[in-house]
Amino acid sequence: MTDLAVRAGGQAGDGIASIGETISRCFSRMGWHVFGLNAYQSVIRGGHVWFQARTSDGRPYSQGDQADVLYALDKQTVAVHAPSLRRGGTIVHDPEKFAIAESELPVGVKALGVPTLEFARKYTSQSILQNAAGMGASAFLAGIPLELLHEVLRDSFGKKAGDVVEWNLGASAAGYEFARAHAGASDHAISKRGAPKLLMNGNAAIALGAAAAGCKFLAQYPMTPASSIMHWMAAHSQSLGVVVKQAEDELAAINMAIGASFGGVRAMTATSGGGFSLMVEALGMAGMTETPLVVVESQRSGPSTGLPTKTEQGDLNLMLGAGQGEFPRAILAPSHPAEAYRATIRAFELAEAWQTPVLVASDLHLSENMATVDREELPMDVDVPSLSTVEPNGHEYKRYLYTESGVSPRALPGQPGLQFVAGSDEHDEKGHLVSDVKSGIPIWVTERARMMDKRMRKLRGLLAGAEPPAWEGPPDAELTFVAWGSTLGAIRDAMPVLAAQGRRTNLLHFPTVYPIDADRTRTELAKARRTLLVEANYSGQFGHLLRAETGVYLSERLLKYDGEPFYPHEIVARALEVMQRGG
Amino acid sequence: MADSAARPLPTPTGPILPTIGKSDTKPTWCPGCGDFGVVAAVESALKRLKIPAHNVVIVSGIGCSSNLPHFLSSYGFHAIHGRCLPVAEGIRWANHGLTVIGTGGDGDGFGIGAGHFVHAMRRNVDLTYVTMDNQIYGLTTGQASPTSSMGQKTKSTPTGVIEHPIDPIALALASGATYVARGFSGDVKQLTDLVTGGIEHKGFAFVDVFSPCVTYNKINTFDFFRQRVYKLESAGHDPTDIVAAWQRSLEWGDKIPIGLFYRTERPTYEELEEVLAAGPLAHQPAGLRGRESVLDEFV
Repeated sequence: MTDLAVRAGGQAGDGIASIGETISRCFSRMGWHVFGLNAYQSVIRGGHVWFQARTSDGRPYSQGDQADVLYALDKQTVAVHAPSLRRGGTIVHDPEKFAIAESELPVGVKALGVPTLEFARKYTSQSILQNAAGMGASAFLAGIPLELLHEVLRDSFGKKAGDVVEWNLGASAAGYEFARAHAGASDHAISKRGAPKLLMNGNAAIALGAAAAGCKFLAQYPMTPASSIMHWMAAHSQSLGVVVKQAEDELAAINMAIGASFGGVRAMTATSGGGFSLMVEALGMAGMTETPLVVVESQRSGPSTGLPTKTEQGDLNLMLGAGQGEFPRAILAPSHPAEAYRATIRAFELAEAWQTPVLVASDLHLSENMATVDREELPMDVDVPSLSTVEPNGHEYKRYLYTESGVSPRALPGQPGLQFVAGSDEHDEKGHLVSDVKSGIPIWVTERARMMDKRMRKLRGLLAGAEPPAWEGPPDAELTFVAWGSTLGAIRDAMPVLAAQGRRTNLLHFPTVYPIDADRTRTELAKARRTLLVEANYSGQFGHLLRAETGVYLSERLLKYDGEPFYPHEIVARALEVMQRGG
Repeated sequence: MADSAARPLPTPTGPILPTIGKSDTKPTWCPGCGDFGVVAAVESALKRLKIPAHNVVIVSGIGCSSNLPHFLSSYGFHAIHGRCLPVAEGIRWANHGLTVIGTGGDGDGFGIGAGHFVHAMRRNVDLTYVTMDNQIYGLTTGQASPTSSMGQKTKSTPTGVIEHPIDPIALALASGATYVARGFSGDVKQLTDLVTGGIEHKGFAFVDVFSPCVTYNKINTFDFFRQRVYKLESAGHDPTDIVAAWQRSLEWGDKIPIGLFYRTERPTYEELEEVLAAGPLAHQPAGLRGRESVLDEFV
């Protein structure tokens, strides 16, 4: 079974992400599925950063645990990452920069000193070109054809100045040939096996999904790890006809999106937890005015500014409770770019159908790391129905008409004869305030309760339209993982490892974390012999939700809140521990 | 672009496209409130311009004055406190065929919403923003506002305000508003002219209105302003002269100017946003059907 990973590490500003993306793209063009982890810090220059480009026979859903090739641009990278190298692995480095003593090498790992700076100097005094030489050597070790590496490099430079492209091609060829002359290819080296795949991070998938769903307006304020949703959409604004507005703050961003939705287009905003905290009041306004809205909340480590470039699933409680009072909402939690694309489309459909805000819960691990997707996984055949659901019919128009479903006929400004006022105050069927002179008067006390009931009935529709809990793996498992969001990746990669050790595990996951179908979820949980809740937060927030909704307490937990994503080996170790304890 | 994605909005049917009028909701303001003059001026201005009521959206935040959208027969959006302008901007960008008017108070616009006020003006979004400035928080029963005078005693400042007030006119000039005016709800005729001019103006039009609170502000009363205001148009002020506008904006005391301080032409945000060149966003095609080539960049 093939499992191959190339890791590059160095200082921020060294160009590590470019190396990783180039190697990832080579794999994906060879027809292999890829997961690419970009680990970085909240600085523009300096600080240790690394990238792992991993491919495997099956589909890699996480960065995996080990690497076969480590391209170390500094000594710190060797110290940090050499222990992760598999037997037979190789460390690529430049002896002119630093030496690696035999004693520093793990058993079975070789060092390949490549004169990358010397190769670079043939072309330019800019030392960044050394990367091309190191990448060339790494590509050889991974079994990537030189022509493919060159094709990817040419494409990534695009229309840039010719010299730079030629230098990169020359230096990478020199590194490649050096490795061929001085080392054999990795034991895990791969060869082309199919049509190229699409390589994208979760944020690009979310932006694409939004565009496919007919989103015409995106307002956003920059915040890691949500910013690249805006970057992708802004780059395609004119070709796709989407207005992208960088707002003065997140308060403006969400209110602009609500205004645009009221005005007649599908609209979205995206942010991380800090920005979402500012959006909380307006979220309730979308619920109260029954204005469709999609909000992407890409979580990072909190609280407060927290770890801006590290991942976490710590905002679930915030998303569940955001906004004073009660209003219907749904929270969708994709785990992979392919799912993020579809979840975003579904979020727009649900928001539109039920005239209420829908959240897409992402996190840094999903938003910023790369994975491959097949074209068939990104269907673009999405209907965008008319957003107005009413025509003048001679009867008095009631924007907030009481209905069994809770959904009322929606007019758009510009439609004659259907004028109404959308109010953030409590209102009657016509939209008239019941908050001031009428409040407290018995008939209006009743009306208030009826209007709450009408709005909250929409939760039933949201539940019916959202994806139910799903199983993966064999039905008769010793242990069932319970998880949501990007955490699924490491679990999906851990299950085959456990299977290889003769331990049957499966996964019950929740593409919709809210609303929860209590009866169904209880039934599903009852099928598990024993469970292990896996979440990237301190308190097991989803576990709390499950307990509140179903009464089922999941006592075995693997919770992680150090900012790092889950690694399959951590899942494996904890699962074995729980299973061996028996009981 | 994908044909299936086209989704024209319903076109006007029938011969009657009434202009704005009063709604079936009676204003809930205190008797004698300055805001009555403002709603009358907004109604008159829209009638004068013969803009059909269904093509008008009046947006507001929270506060006594922000109830205004409920009292007229156009579309309205009564938003949360301070967020009138971003909601109004979003509506404009979704459908710039609509006439969008923002309304609200001094607390809403210059306190909690001050950030949006500045940015909407520098963007020159083509909308009209009418503030009912009574220099007090009325709906919350009488606390100091961003425009309350130094020394003014209120419930939250029993020994007097110790912060210098915001000057909305100077702030608007500094922020790049392209139509800056001040009215007085005691002079509905001039106020109607100013609001009409603001709606006609291509770009961000700001009309700050002295709109006295008869219940909680016993200093800045109708009489206070009647004794002090003078009209810029009668004083030979040239509204195309930004320096003169600055000078007039600094006048406060025995003589307080009302009228048009400044007007200039600058491209609007909607004109500069190239996506909107194809027409109102709400009428443009949506979705990616037939646009599969968008995926090629990911290969």
